[in-house]
Amino acid sequence: MNAVLDNFDLVLKAFGYTVFLFLVSAVISLLLGTVLAAMRVGPVSVLRMFGTGYVTLVRNTPLVMIFLFFQLGAGKIFDWLRFSWVDIQIGPFDFTSFFSAAVAALSLYTAAFICEAIRAGVNAVPLGQAEAARAIGLPFSGVMSQVVLPQAVRASVPPLASTLIALLKNTSIAGVFGVIEAVGRMKGFTNDYADQRWGIFICFALGYIILVELISAVALLLERRWKVA
Amino acid sequence: MRFTRTKAIIATAGLALALAACGDAGDDTEAVDVEVADDAASSFEDGTRMKELADAGTINVGVKFDQPGLGFKDAASDMPTGFDVEMAKVLVASLGIDPNDTEKVKYVETISDNREPFLEDGTVDLVLASYSITDERRAVVGQAGPYLVTGQQLLVAADSDIADVADVEGEEVCSVTGSTSLDNIEAEGAKPVGFDTYSECVEKVLDGTVSAMTTDGTILAGYAAQNEGDLKVVGDEFSEERIGVGYSIDSPEMCQWIVDTITEAYDDGTYEEAFTATLGPSGVEVPELPEMDACES
Repeated sequence: MNAVLDNFDLVLKAFGYTVFLFLVSAVISLLLGTVLAAMRVGPVSVLRMFGTGYVTLVRNTPLVMIFLFFQLGAGKIFDWLRFSWVDIQIGPFDFTSFFSAAVAALSLYTAAFICEAIRAGVNAVPLGQAEAARAIGLPFSGVMSQVVLPQAVRASVPPLASTLIALLKNTSIAGVFGVIEAVGRMKGFTNDYADQRWGIFICFALGYIILVELISAVALLLERRWKVA
Repeated sequence: MRFTRTKAIIATAGLALALAACGDAGDDTEAVDVEVADDAASSFEDGTRMKELADAGTINVGVKFDQPGLGFKDAASDMPTGFDVEMAKVLVASLGIDPNDTEKVKYVETISDNREPFLEDGTVDLVLASYSITDERRAVVGQAGPYLVTGQQLLVAADSDIADVADVEGEEVCSVTGSTSLDNIEAEGAKPVGFDTYSECVEKVLDGTVSAMTTDGTILAGYAAQNEGDLKVVGDEFSEERIGVGYSIDSPEMCQWIVDTITEAYDDGTYEEAFTATLGPSGVEVPELPEMDACES
């Protein structure tokens, strides 16, 4: 336990990276996932095919492979995919090419799951709702944004929460791809303080449990607030 | 489990992408012939772990698989190569077990993370995996030695301006996630970048994403030799790693045996031969055997 308490600033910083990875990837993947879901349920067949193709391709690829691609492959094909143009410093946190590549991998991967969660929600909205919206003259974008998605998101909250929890835990892969986040730091601690292995492990597991519980709490709050009477 | 899978996938993908020329490292190193002790079992006292192992005729040894020159195994071969492995062979042979018989001697890959757990739960009997001796580790496992003292240096691109560890302050420096080297370079003021294996770091230095990578000079020399003209090792050693042999804390009698066996191997020239064959090609000179720590009886 001493290893964790004595270096508590490092632990906080590591979990800070975990949270940043989660937040940035969550925002990007929610946006991208919503667009993909709209494509998949939309009337344009080319976009439907693209959406289906994306989900099939990305969802069936192990996340580690996507990380590997961004860390070692992508930069050789397109130079801007090296992300060497990213160098932002906020307080003690450095957001460099490694952080960006991790965000790219996590966002693209999670977007496929978000898309499916939202699509499940869209399918849960009775067909009559979309028909009624069309009947009053709304275009597809209006049908989606005004009528279908607000209801779909409600039904999507539980699966979305699961997906986001998975995203939070998936950020740990970044630990072996250049970002010293929680698991990366934990490996450093267990290497240096071999005699306190269990204490270190429990502390970091606790950190993850707290973060996941926060997401669960927010999800529950939204579920209650958006409950249709 | 995630990291086991990560490692496996990285290993496969690493080959597929033909990353650092991993496969080449093992080819130019020749295994050193070690004489297997006759009737070794009778030379150990009853009740000692050495006697048990000699009687059983089998042993599990933890080594690294990803450090050219120290402990390295390419996908095609059964036997790992490197200086750590040669030292393991010397120890195994003194138990009367043929160290080249992979039926009897199982070389298990130990990564930095699982060396203590593997010794504690008996998965391996000995660990020779660039295992630096620390007080924290000695609280949970036994460590005999050191049989080699190395220090941390920097590997940079051939045209880099970095000449010393002072030059990397604020720069991104790569090493293996969770390694002592990464902690040390962080303490020197560099931004640490952790990857799963050294070869990925080499790739990152080659393509210029990071300014340098750091770990023991012996390992870096191996990569510099593989990428001659593109990479160079710079700076003085800025840390001291005392590489020892790990054994179970429940068998303290193994310590003296390890110290004696390695001292003997140094005296009869096996140590020098092993060093020349494994780390020699990287241009590292054969060191004198460091003074080993006294064993607690």
